[in-house]
Amino acid sequence: MSSPTRVRVDPGTEPRPASQLPAAVTWVGFVALGLLLLPVVGLLQRAPWSALPSILGESEVLEALRVSLIVSLAATGACIVLGLPLAFVLARRRLWFPRIVRAVVMLPMVLPPVVAGTALLFALGRRGLVGQWLEEWFGVSLPFTTAGSVVAAAFVALPFFVVTVEAALRQAGDELDEAAATLGAGAWATLAHVTLPTIRPALAAGTALAWARALGEFGATLTFAGNFPGRTRTLPLETYLALERNPEAAVAISLVLMAVALAVLVTLRDRWMPR
Amino acid sequence: MTVEFDGRVARSGWALQVDQLAIAEGVTAVVGANGTGKTTLGRAVAGLDRLERGRLEIAGTAVDDPGAGVFVPAHRRRVGMVFQDHRLFGHLRVIDNVAFGLRRAGADRAGARRQAVALLERVGVDPKAWQRRPAALSGGQRQRVAVARALAPEPEVLIVDEPLASVDSSGRASLRALLGESPARHVLLITHDPVDVATLARRLVVLDTGAVVSRGSVAEVTASPGCEWAATFLGANVVPGRAQGTSVTTEGGLALTVAEEAAGSVYVTFPAHAVTLHRDRPAGSARNAWQAELQRVDIDGERARVHLGGPVQVRADVTRRSADELDLRPGLTIWASLKATELTVVT
Repeated sequence: MSSPTRVRVDPGTEPRPASQLPAAVTWVGFVALGLLLLPVVGLLQRAPWSALPSILGESEVLEALRVSLIVSLAATGACIVLGLPLAFVLARRRLWFPRIVRAVVMLPMVLPPVVAGTALLFALGRRGLVGQWLEEWFGVSLPFTTAGSVVAAAFVALPFFVVTVEAALRQAGDELDEAAATLGAGAWATLAHVTLPTIRPALAAGTALAWARALGEFGATLTFAGNFPGRTRTLPLETYLALERNPEAAVAISLVLMAVALAVLVTLRDRWMPR
Repeated sequence: MTVEFDGRVARSGWALQVDQLAIAEGVTAVVGANGTGKTTLGRAVAGLDRLERGRLEIAGTAVDDPGAGVFVPAHRRRVGMVFQDHRLFGHLRVIDNVAFGLRRAGADRAGARRQAVALLERVGVDPKAWQRRPAALSGGQRQRVAVARALAPEPEVLIVDEPLASVDSSGRASLRALLGESPARHVLLITHDPVDVATLARRLVVLDTGAVVSRGSVAEVTASPGCEWAATFLGANVVPGRAQGTSVTTEGGLALTVAEEAAGSVYVTFPAHAVTLHRDRPAGSARNAWQAELQRVDIDGERARVHLGGPVQVRADVTRRSADELDLRPGLTIWASLKATELTVVT
């Protein structure tokens, strides 16, 4: 049996013929691309390539790197532990004011980080809304500690994880969960053996995005956790300080951070980005 | 052991109301037009939809009784389901899809896989596909995997939603045979296919606009179908035979000319209103004509359903007026004819 040959037309991805595009649009588009590329080039041409190993080996840089890794990984862990349940609530529960709830969840994505840090200070600071009780009952004080840096980084990174995972949960629907239930799987078994494996690509993507965001966090960290070497001084803070006394070091650290960010994006595009 | 359903399931915009339906052991076909609540009935029995009020019992145990605050969740009901859209787990290999229910029941991985292999062999899934993911399989093979997966944990009740909708014709007969010998005590077969009803069902439930309009043995429901849709559906003739080219020879030796080519053991189906009756040998374009013995005439309003014997058992619907004009009465020998284009061949 032979079937007629079909021409595949995919309107979503097929670029329109260039002739239909006004030339000015093309030109402005390339100018914008150049604008995005310019800082990268600027950084690369100022890079002290030969001195790179020694600069990155300096004790302050290594210390900032250590703080950055601890803070960003802990914040990513917090995003997974807190963000996964939140994504489920948003995707599967009927909420009272869904638009407002979703706006609250996404707020840290658009909020100026300094504002986020200030808000955290008034919520979790020593005389803050919750902070005073933390201090009084548990003797815990978050501002100007590594834990405070983790809170600040988790706050700004959380929406990236939640939004990615929620979208995947919505796309997956609850059909497979129902099938699992008819096969004798309870709620936890369904979660572990069906739901989470089904959205694994989105879990990986959300984790990577949240980690990249936490690693680059500057404003909220500085405002809420301060700038103490070995405790709260992360790589972005070190970069900012180095700009004053040792620009070459600032460029070197910036290169490292940019390379990490690029690596995350490239990996995501190839494997995990939901279409 | 029975499934007893007496209650109401609310959906957005409509509801399914079932009054004291007792589903006996064996295969019960649930039939009705689209959107009449067939799937909702199955989902309520499985525990995927809750009763708004009423009571649902399986083997004497209440599994859903909102008045008494009883709801046994789906995973504790021993009700399996084959979904119309299969719903296989995309992240698991075919073999682990089938092993899934056994694993949840506490079987170890190796034991569950052994049982899964036995089931996959029984439903006729190509061994090359066992280690693949469901996405790599054809619709028909996926449907078989879905049946094997639902049977694996040995449910008391098996609900099968439109089982043969996506199966290629070559696989229908074997899958039908498999459902016929299903180890589940109750099989609830939600279907649109008259051949399913003719070959598998012992009992029938007819749904129309969210209510049960007829129930009972196939003969009882056929005599009193309860709605126009079911009257037409159950009036459909299903005749087994052997096909060669465009000719199908029935068990009674009648050769029927059909429009599509087929080979081997088949069913020929045609609606009751497609049969035309004549006092004399018909001339004209109808390819199929035979002499039949008139056994019985059931008058239902303006319609007369004529039961014919002879080389093939056939039901014919004619208007009451033509029944009078032809002077139809039991014992009469008359001619029946059928256009080849009215016949559907099902393998």
